[in-house]
Amino acid sequence: MLTTDDKKLIQQVWERVLHHQEDFGTEALERMFITYPQTKTYFPHFDLHHGSDQIRGHGKKVVSALGNAVKSLDNLSQVLSELSSLHAYNLRVDPPHFALQLLSQCFQVVLAVHLGNDYTPEVHAAFDKFLSAVAAVLAEKYR
Amino acid sequence: PWTQRFFSSFGNLASTSAVIGNPMVHAHGKKVLTSFGDAVKNLDNIKKCFAQLSKLHCEKLHVDPENFRLLGDILIVVLAAHFGKDFTPACQSAWQKMVHVVAHALAHEYR
Repeated sequence: MLTTDDKKLIQQVWERVLHHQEDFGTEALERMFITYPQTKTYFPHFDLHHGSDQIRGHGKKVVSALGNAVKSLDNLSQVLSELSSLHAYNLRVDPPHFALQLLSQCFQVVLAVHLGNDYTPEVHAAFDKFLSAVAAVLAEKYR
Repeated sequence: PWTQRFFSSFGNLASTSAVIGNPMVHAHGKKVLTSFGDAVKNLDNIKKCFAQLSKLHCEKLHVDPENFRLLGDILIVVLAAHFGKDFTPACQSAWQKMVHVVAHALAHEYR
């Protein structure tokens, strides 16, 4: 469960993410495709080369959605409701928790790379909890 | 925090500052990374390299192998924070495979 301190840390760090939304999103996706090639199976319709416009566009979309979640940390279910339906009925990213976990790990690596020492154990824990919570909401409607 | 169940003899782990300042944590961190170093020196033979440690983690320490995966992922984040941009996607990819192989080797002797 996200504590008050967790929420504060997440929102503080997110101020820094705001200026790099597209870059961070793109990098997280690229890292995921390189480190976990099985995730590419969900994007057969994308050009997955480095620098692809589609990856950039999608990276921006993902981080923007996370940004909305950060603004509504007390109400993730509601704020992510449409995305939850999308992932359950259309995208069917399978297994629901596992693949999203891989993106979560890559996003945390991106934050660590860019924040260095500022990615403290407390910040790390807060983000791990947050991204797990997001993944859980996205998987809510699977069955 | 549930991973603390294996470290009841380590004393105070109640807060982040307690953990970071705990000398037993420091000593253990060094031990774990030294073992990783051994694996790096024996990349063609990691299972053999960790056979004894695997038995230890199963028979004496009773550690669920899922914890090896957790620690591996955390080590990756630590590397990323320290190496910054040098921790390229290719680097991450190689290291994720590495921690996966180490975790697998540590679980290998479980019966």
